[in-house]
Amino acid sequence: MNNRHLYILAAVLSIIGAGVFLYKAYWLDLPLHPEGKVENWEVQTKVTFDARDGPAKVVLFIPRNEAPFTIVDQNFVSEGYGLTTASKGVNRRAMFSIRSATGVQTLYYRFIVNRSTFRGPTAAAPEPEYTKPSFDEMRLAAAQGIIRNITPESADDDTFVRLLLKRLTAPVPDDNTAVLLGGSSTMLRRVRVARQILALAGIRARTVSGVQLVKANKKAALTHWLEAYIGGSWQGYAPQTETYAVPANFLPWWRGTGTLAFVDGGMFLKTSLSVAAASAPALRTALVVGKAKDRSLLDFSMFTLPLNTQLVYKIILTVPLGVFFLTILRNVIGLRTMGTFMPILIAIAFRETQVLWGVILFSAVISIGLLARLYLENLRLLVVPRLSCVLIIVVLSMAAISVISNQLGLQRGLSVSLFPMVILTMTVERMSIIWDERGAGEMLRQGLGSIIIAIIAYFIMVNPYAEHMALIFPELLLILLAGNLLIGRYSGFRLLDLPRFRVLAGRSS
Amino acid sequence: MLGLARQLWRNGVVGINKRNADYILVHNRRKFFPLVDDKLLTKEIAEKVGINVPTLYGKIEFPHEVRSFSSIIANRADFVVKPAQGSGGDGILVVVGRMGEYFRLADGSMINERDMAFHLNNALAGTFSLGGQPDKVLVEYRVDFDPIFADITYRGVPDIRIVVFLGVPVMAMVRLPTRMSRGKANLHQGAIGAGVAIPTGRTLTAVLKNSVVSEHPDTNNPVMDVEIPSWDVLLDMAARSCDLTHLGYQGIDIVLDKVRGPLLLELNARPGLNIQIANREGLRHRLELVEARVGDLKSASDRVEFAKTNFSPKPISG
Repeated sequence: MNNRHLYILAAVLSIIGAGVFLYKAYWLDLPLHPEGKVENWEVQTKVTFDARDGPAKVVLFIPRNEAPFTIVDQNFVSEGYGLTTASKGVNRRAMFSIRSATGVQTLYYRFIVNRSTFRGPTAAAPEPEYTKPSFDEMRLAAAQGIIRNITPESADDDTFVRLLLKRLTAPVPDDNTAVLLGGSSTMLRRVRVARQILALAGIRARTVSGVQLVKANKKAALTHWLEAYIGGSWQGYAPQTETYAVPANFLPWWRGTGTLAFVDGGMFLKTSLSVAAASAPALRTALVVGKAKDRSLLDFSMFTLPLNTQLVYKIILTVPLGVFFLTILRNVIGLRTMGTFMPILIAIAFRETQVLWGVILFSAVISIGLLARLYLENLRLLVVPRLSCVLIIVVLSMAAISVISNQLGLQRGLSVSLFPMVILTMTVERMSIIWDERGAGEMLRQGLGSIIIAIIAYFIMVNPYAEHMALIFPELLLILLAGNLLIGRYSGFRLLDLPRFRVLAGRSS
Repeated sequence: MLGLARQLWRNGVVGINKRNADYILVHNRRKFFPLVDDKLLTKEIAEKVGINVPTLYGKIEFPHEVRSFSSIIANRADFVVKPAQGSGGDGILVVVGRMGEYFRLADGSMINERDMAFHLNNALAGTFSLGGQPDKVLVEYRVDFDPIFADITYRGVPDIRIVVFLGVPVMAMVRLPTRMSRGKANLHQGAIGAGVAIPTGRTLTAVLKNSVVSEHPDTNNPVMDVEIPSWDVLLDMAARSCDLTHLGYQGIDIVLDKVRGPLLLELNARPGLNIQIANREGLRHRLELVEARVGDLKSASDRVEFAKTNFSPKPISG
């Protein structure tokens, strides 16, 4: 068969891919290396609510510059809404207003925050007003009980705060604490109770709400900590840590009571946050400068997408790389894997669990599943109900592993929830058929082979360099496509064909 | 490594990629695959053109028909249960005798009626089929195999595989069950395959897994120089099989019955490559010769004649 058509197609794809890549890399100066240490984060807030066919007003807290954090860029996406920002007390707020709104409304607020390595001295703060705690009779007695217990043990206000936090965050609360927490054990609740007890003890304190700046978190939650006015300035205490020191990546957003956003003239208000290490300064500058040079190209780049979509694409765009690796393994080397893309699916699952833990989970769940399958074999079940049974057992063993590892204090065990259970079930079925027909040795060989391939594929896909290149230069995938096309018509020997046909390498008679 | 590859290429060895890219993908159109993947369909079309096949006793298409199994087998003491789309011989039960509610299988084990019903249900649900899709089950005549291979067979039924390219039989081998293959004639399960000289129908040396052997591993009898009876009939079946399926590159599996002679067992759209080791010869030179000359070959007998004159064995010395 004439392969010219294919070669031309592959060449054209490669030239387009390489051309766009070179243009972006050298003319638009997009960086070729991922940034080392990230000190910039992009935080995106999405507010949705159902408007009530009339005027609506949304008030949203927004963070302010405060050492060591600087808001370097911020924007609001709120079509049709008037927008004002104002400071109120120590907080800043943005107010979106509209005369008439119907249906589901969506507002975005996103900012880029930079953390400087330089930490200025803690600024002296004016003496705050004293707010009276609002305890009912029973809670007042409980709070007083706690204060009576702690006071003799503490040396000063600082140790008093620490002892109090220790009590409030104890895994098994004492009676007084239990009364005060009232069955709710969220961090916000604990911090609020701490503030009130401190107020009762004459120490002025306030809750701080903020977010944790991490590399990537599509569903970031608000985090809360405490500030106490001690010795003329505000001292932070984070009950989340051992030492109560506020971690450097906690970005304070607003202080005092109140929720992130509230709506007037609407209902079902929902807010969601996503945090990601922002594209590095080099990239940012390049994008700004590059936009001046070539607006149209960068307007259609991945950077115009919302942040959490970008995070998803960071994963999706590296998958072809793993698949290409698998293509080479199968068609050039000649390895057999269980299912065509199963190792890649396992590799994607490893992103959630990390490799070591992923392998342990994978082996544990598969072993339990196989044992169950062996037992079910005796009961002579039909195929689909049997698969469902195996699936239920897989799900249960996943849940059990999570609970047990959580009890043992292993956070990683919780990540199992995202492990694709259907894949696990099909793997169990596939492996048990191989076991039946080709023996346990062959099954172990194929299972082990698939895991090893999954691990390698994982390291290829999470490689920061690969992620960076795939996200910034997705046109490189065209070259990968060309490579796959060529392998698709590769009719030479596979590496493993060679030992197989070794006996035929002699002289022909 | 590269030297090995070059030598293999010179000897005309066809690798998996070559087979897939240049023969299967080019000459076998996907729409004709179901014809060979479904043994029931193969049987129907083969009978239509007068190629002998093992008699079909009955078929089971839906789980509720499993109950009719006993009426299909009636009083027959021996028969074969076969998933229509089974791959690699998986799911085939050869029943050689009955005792009350028990069936005696070819490997000597016994199963009862409930085990049999379970097996049938599994097969219908697709446990043994290629993609796991729902399947049908055939119940058919158990071949009473010709004793010609009795000395070099461990239980099971030996069969003859002929690779047919554009209607020309290009290479053949006899697949002989061993203890390792548990009576199955599948090379990857440990059966041995002995090459067959196309002009004469006489066996050559054999392949066990990927190495060359000259004796049967269980009986220790030499596998060479056994003459396959009615070899011309087999070649004719092979040459005509491509008109049946419209597949350019296929494998045809034939068994020799003591009474009924050669019977078509199944066709294969992706025949394996170990036949090259069995014959100690690469396929490529033969395939290229056929490609170049096929235009002159009008009838099935032309193609058989062409094969017999051109494909004398030229084994590679080990």
